[in-house]
Amino acid sequence: MAKYCISIVFMFALITFGACGGGTGESVKLQGAGASFPAPLYLKWFKSFSAAQPNVQVDYQSVGSGSGVKSFMDHTVDFAASDAAMKPEDMAKVKGGVQLLPMTAGSIVLAHSLKDVPNLKLSREAYVGIFSGKITTWNDPAIASVNPDAKLPSAPINVIVRADSSGTTFVFTKHLSAVSKEFEQGIGVHNMPNWPVGTRSKGNEGITASLLTTPGSIGYIEYGYAHSQKLPVATLQNKAGNYVAPTTASAVATLASAEMPPNLIAWISDPEGKDAYPIVTYTWMLFYKQYDSKAKAKALRSLIDYGLTEGQKESEALGYVPLPPDVVTKVKAAAESIS
Amino acid sequence: MSKTQVRQEVAAWHPGQIWQPPTKAQRWYDGAFRRLCLVFAAFTIVLIAWLALGIAYRAIPAFQQYGLNFIYSTTWDPNKAQYGVLPEIWGTLYTSLLALIVGSAFGVAAAIFLSEGFLGEAVFKGLKAFNLQFHPLWRKLPDRLEQILKNLIELLAAVPSVVYGLWGLFVIIPLIRPVCNWLHEQFGWFPLFSTTLSGPGVLPAAFVLSIMILPTITAISRDALVSVPPKLRMAAYGLGATRWETILGVLLPTASRGIFGGMVLGFGRALGETMALAMLVGNANRLTVSLFSPANTLAALLANTFPEASAKEIPVLMYAALILLAISLVVNIFGAFVLEKAVGKGEAK
Repeated sequence: MAKYCISIVFMFALITFGACGGGTGESVKLQGAGASFPAPLYLKWFKSFSAAQPNVQVDYQSVGSGSGVKSFMDHTVDFAASDAAMKPEDMAKVKGGVQLLPMTAGSIVLAHSLKDVPNLKLSREAYVGIFSGKITTWNDPAIASVNPDAKLPSAPINVIVRADSSGTTFVFTKHLSAVSKEFEQGIGVHNMPNWPVGTRSKGNEGITASLLTTPGSIGYIEYGYAHSQKLPVATLQNKAGNYVAPTTASAVATLASAEMPPNLIAWISDPEGKDAYPIVTYTWMLFYKQYDSKAKAKALRSLIDYGLTEGQKESEALGYVPLPPDVVTKVKAAAESIS
Repeated sequence: MSKTQVRQEVAAWHPGQIWQPPTKAQRWYDGAFRRLCLVFAAFTIVLIAWLALGIAYRAIPAFQQYGLNFIYSTTWDPNKAQYGVLPEIWGTLYTSLLALIVGSAFGVAAAIFLSEGFLGEAVFKGLKAFNLQFHPLWRKLPDRLEQILKNLIELLAAVPSVVYGLWGLFVIIPLIRPVCNWLHEQFGWFPLFSTTLSGPGVLPAAFVLSIMILPTITAISRDALVSVPPKLRMAAYGLGATRWETILGVLLPTASRGIFGGMVLGFGRALGETMALAMLVGNANRLTVSLFSPANTLAALLANTFPEASAKEIPVLMYAALILLAISLVVNIFGAFVLEKAVGKGEAK
């Protein structure tokens, strides 16, 4: 809800800016839609971008990755955003080609409501076990053995998962499947899999609200939500066996551990680095390679440029991860193909 | 008064020549208006049919693939393309039925309280203590208070569903959790209490739902009680019945059809309620009789799944929507039918 309010306020702000700068040059209106995960950051970018270039208006609707890709394929928007990139068969359907650019990244954290255990550590077996319904109480040996000093309650674990179809769930199940073959075959990778456990809440906001009100619960949310509500988050064991807390530094280490392929679609489902936080994902913006209007293409290129330079500085404050410099270079080079 | 005088009188009051037979233009106008009304009335029926057919048409692929198995299978796993809505159908009916029981108990009680003047009497007695009962300013108080209370209950219908959801999440669940978990510890063998209440679940959902349908039940029950002919009440008192005997033995049975109609309409509303339930029911595909376990309803399933549904899932969701539509149409038609009978009976007396 809050997101919509913010976007409405921003839209008004953009309209006002547009009206003020109307006389200075040819005005361009860019229409975008897609993922809700990076929406707060994107809206901030677009606002400051329009302040710098008053003749460009950017309108972004955070309708969800799936709807964003759909509108993009129907040519009802100028660009889209998606947490789950875009399927190759969908990309083939767009005439003139598609350019995917990773614009920012974010961590998914396991937030919990054990107020007495601020430094909960979870091994790979433990968190896969919790989300596949094998570990059901907080004092299970799998959890207790790595938290010898913690006062773990004997209460059942109340697992909270997303009720709606979501890119966050996609990334999270992809990671769990990479860790455990059993999870991959049983539950599998999906936007809305058939979770065997838990109650389900709608949206990151819903899970956050449930975590705040339900004792003894655990759920997966984006880092920014846990950060803003000051929810305790679990330190997770990565592939190298180290326990890593979700911080900007550990997320940057994760991004650094993966090589960005030429098509700029990198899935870091189980990073190798020893300081890498296990669940970090890029999120993409989708552009057409060819636009009818030169002015539009130019405006989009300068928007991308803004996001990659100034925009990266704003990401950390909002709970996102700045892109590594070599990725920025690659994305900048790829953005040249938009004309 | 002679005929001429009447005509003059009418002519004085109505400058048009109203006493003449209608002109052709008037007849035409009258007919056209009637037809226009007919078209609009027909339009609503066409709209419902169009809606149902539109959903049914889009559900055809899912119907061909899953058939009736969709209704009694219990898995919803998009990864394996297995879809079944039995837990949702059960959850929809279960939460609505619980809400109906609680909502009817409170709703009918409130209707009796409002229609039998209990509040008015109490206030009158209170005023009498200060000897203000005939004071020009205060004597209206009993009536006014009853009006205010009635409006307050009806105002419950105006609270947005998402507000109920938030209230349930942040107020009701923490409030009832200790009681529910105590019940589970003491009477865990009883199927209704067989799980703990961790957060969202059947009971909070049903409880909030019962408050949401309260205004419907109260308003219709009150109308039914008010329209009970006074002679019945007088006769009961005349035979020496006490007030409670009159209410329980005469008034409620007489108004029972109206009350029943109100309950059915409330049930219809509970079936279709979406937002508050999506927030409170727990959205877990579980077939359960436990009051404290999370469950799911058809409306919540649709609301949660639609925004990001893939092309393959849409027919399946349309099929689920069709089932929900069928359930609520049947219930509403049944309710309207009972209500109509009740009104007819009331007028006959």
